[in-house]
Amino acid sequence: MSKSFAKKWPMQIALVVWAVLAACLPALAQQQAALATSSSSVHAIVAASTATNNAARSDAAAAQAAFNRAWTVFASPRCRNCHPSGDAPLQGEDGHVHIQDVKRGPDGKGVYGMKCSTCHQVANLPGANMPPGNPKWSLPPANMKMVIQGETAGEFCRQLKDPAKNGHRSLAQIIEHVSSDDLVGWGWNPGEGRTLPPLDRPEFVAAMKAWVDNGAACPQ
Amino acid sequence: MISFTVNGKPVTVEDPPSTPLLWVIRDSLNLTGTKYGCGMALCGACTVHIDGQAVRSCVAPVSRAEGKKVTTIEGISPDLTHPLQQAWIEIDVPQCGYCQSGQIMSAAVLLAENSTPSDEDIDEAMSGNICRCGTYPRIRRAIHRAAEISKQRGAK
Repeated sequence: MSKSFAKKWPMQIALVVWAVLAACLPALAQQQAALATSSSSVHAIVAASTATNNAARSDAAAAQAAFNRAWTVFASPRCRNCHPSGDAPLQGEDGHVHIQDVKRGPDGKGVYGMKCSTCHQVANLPGANMPPGNPKWSLPPANMKMVIQGETAGEFCRQLKDPAKNGHRSLAQIIEHVSSDDLVGWGWNPGEGRTLPPLDRPEFVAAMKAWVDNGAACPQ
Repeated sequence: MISFTVNGKPVTVEDPPSTPLLWVIRDSLNLTGTKYGCGMALCGACTVHIDGQAVRSCVAPVSRAEGKKVTTIEGISPDLTHPLQQAWIEIDVPQCGYCQSGQIMSAAVLLAENSTPSDEDIDEAMSGNICRCGTYPRIRRAIHRAAEISKQRGAK
């Protein structure tokens, strides 16, 4: 009995192994396929992620480059002089403090009998060194100074994007402001004896749009 | 033709719209208390009010006054009873006097907006009015005195 059983063992074992293998192989194959699929998916995701990161880095670099280009306009005397770090406007190409001890005032329009409109008219006056003019002639108000003087491109960029500091403007509203605001436009019509910004207005607006379209990353 | 009021009186002038208001006031309307100093809004001698706000009339085109109320030094009071006039006389502020109408017009805007100005307020309000005689200490005292006079009148 035992001998007979012993003789039968190898065959039984072989049958069991075969049955198990037969049952498991498809599953194993499926699992292997799944693993292979999963592995290729991970590769795809990693590859896509890397591409996204590269694209993001590329967009960030493009945004930073665009803002640096726009910054040449912001930093020019025509913009900088009315975006001082203190409470007095600046004058001239060298950005000296406005004579007569002019002050910003809470609304950016001066104080008492020393308001901007005391001397500045709705248009530039003819002649060198005559007061320039615009209907909106003023500094930014005291609660939204939007300082350019003494700032780096990155510092100004972060200030410009900060709703708490930019009058709660969205990026779209910032583009609208630089594109169509009449007082911003004065920078390209500054009257006799005043230099123009280094870019013309369409170039400046294009740089600002490129900054926003590429994610509005700020320079360091 | 441009129409506005000067010291409460309606006027219509035929000067070109770009003519400085100063020349219209002095030459067309014969109100010569307002002075020409620099012609570039640098000295304050030509200061008048348009709708209560100080304006350098040497650079303001007359067109800016269209439909508005212009006040010159002659119109600040009809009988020298304005607190600033009283204080100016009491303290004997002027020396040559050339800048003084502009000084008083700027001081009037200050007191209209701040009835008890500090020295710092006065400096901020008056720093655009130049006095070649250097009467600044008396100007400051007179503005403080005018504030007192106004307060005393208000208390009565």
